[in-house]
Amino acid sequence: MKVVVDMNKCQDHGQCVFASPDVFSLDADGRLLYVPDPDDALRDEVEEAADVCPLQAIRIED
Amino acid sequence: MTASESTGRVLVVGASMAGLRAAEQLRAAGWTGAITLVGDEPHMPYNRPPLSKEVLAGKAPFASLAFRPRPAVADAAWLLGRRAVTARLPERTVVLDDGTSLSYDGLVVATGMRPRRLTCPGPLPGRHTVRTLDDAQGLREALTRPGARVVVVGAGFIGCEVAATAVALGVREVTVVDPLPLPMTGPLGPLLGRALLRRHEARGVRFALGTGVAGFTGDDRVTGVELSDGRVLAADVVVESVGSVANTEWLDGNGLDLTDGVRTDALLRAGGRPEAVAVGDVARFPNARYDGVPRRVEHWSIPGDTAKQAARTLVAHLHGTGEEPAPFAPLPTFWSDQHDFRLQSFGAPSYGADDVRVLDGTTDGDGDLVVGYHRDGLLVGVVALGGPGAASAAARHRPALLARPAVTA
Ligand SMILES: Cc1cc2nc3c(=O)[nH]c(=O)nc-3n(C[C@H](O)[C@H](O)[C@H](O)COP(=O)(O)OP(=O)(O)OC[C@H]3O[C@@H](n4cnc5c(N)ncnc54)[C@H](O)[C@@H]3O)c2cc1C
Repeated sequence: MKVVVDMNKCQDHGQCVFASPDVFSLDADGRLLYVPDPDDALRDEVEEAADVCPLQAIRIED
Repeated sequence: MTASESTGRVLVVGASMAGLRAAEQLRAAGWTGAITLVGDEPHMPYNRPPLSKEVLAGKAPFASLAFRPRPAVADAAWLLGRRAVTARLPERTVVLDDGTSLSYDGLVVATGMRPRRLTCPGPLPGRHTVRTLDDAQGLREALTRPGARVVVVGAGFIGCEVAATAVALGVREVTVVDPLPLPMTGPLGPLLGRALLRRHEARGVRFALGTGVAGFTGDDRVTGVELSDGRVLAADVVVESVGSVANTEWLDGNGLDLTDGVRTDALLRAGGRPEAVAVGDVARFPNARYDGVPRRVEHWSIPGDTAKQAARTLVAHLHGTGEEPAPFAPLPTFWSDQHDFRLQSFGAPSYGADDVRVLDGTTDGDGDLVVGYHRDGLLVGVVALGGPGAASAAARHRPALLARPAVTA
């Protein structure tokens, strides 16, 4: 599974961090960091993160 | 029957976010049969939060609002611009406004809310609400007329967002009226309400609090708002943001509990019917994470959460697998962009409104502030106010929020 975040769209809401803390985090300044190739076992929570992104900036590619 | 053999039809009534997510989650849960969505708006599902913010500010074209449906629902049938007018649940049929009768094996109720309107006397022209794209475009036109004077009735989230956007558009007089003494105090309590009042006033929004609206002045258009304390505020644009009403009339006469939305059980079934589920703003469901009392939750995260649970319930029934999913216990999340600050809420603040503590920052000044809401000493809600730094501060409390054991109702 590949995760792609459109960083031009991202507004650092952090909803993805709540949905999937293993893959998404915010740095000390509140900027988004993420794991681009997470384990497939995390698919459920990554899909959840993509769904809850207010900007719909998260895409999952197989 | 195996997942690859689904036959029959699921009908989704309401073609907005919750309807779309339900269709997607039906596929994710293994439903390969037909899916039909009926929606009375002419548009494919689009995102509503920007309506009171970027759309009103002229910063978001429609193309940027449309949801990107998952490929799995590419074969779903969309009947747009059509309204469901009656349902006969025992016969499993729904009748549309053009007389078409649709039969189904599974029904998803996703008809959401419409704005509540004020019923006090006065003319209607000049009075707006913000729920649909057309509403937002109409209000934008009114706000950008030179010299517009705006009164927003209702100091909740949408009212405060609209007031902030109006100030950003250069509207010279923006006043928010509310019978409560502080903005957004219903869901967030007085501590944040005071902080928000100060931040709004510092950015040019005026408030008339502790007073309601008695009527509107003007002959064929609004010229002012009469307050219950006797004052009259001059206004040519009025925005009514005084709550919402569930779109459930089409379900009348089926023995469902329709007081404030569609009451469901913990699996999101309506009226105990295994083939009818409700999702999104219209669903009044028990949340096992808190007290199990059925409530509607008008947060953006709820269409997705309810869709996942409801789709599992429906597909298990339609496939005859009778699998009982775990009790539904979503963690609600909400955000609101106002001026240059953002509010982010995780959990259920109103459930812990009697024990509110500052977790980070201070209530004075304009800096980041994180507030915690507690029940029986446990953290049940966190609200962050400020810039991106506030969101990371809030995220630190995630484990505590999730640690609260789900109760079995
Ligand atoms: C202006 C605005 C700003 C918001 N901002 C935020 C925010 O910042 N953060 C946040 O967390 N949440 C926000 N929300 C809330 C969020 O948008 C809602 O929770 C979400 O849209 C609910 O989706 P839904 O599909 O359940 O309902 P709806 O979006 O109301 O969809 C219901 C659909 O069903 C249709 N329908 C109704 N009756 C019938 C019928 N009889 N037949 C056919 N179709 C019918 C309706 O026309 C509508 O298209 C905001 C909402 C609004 C209106």
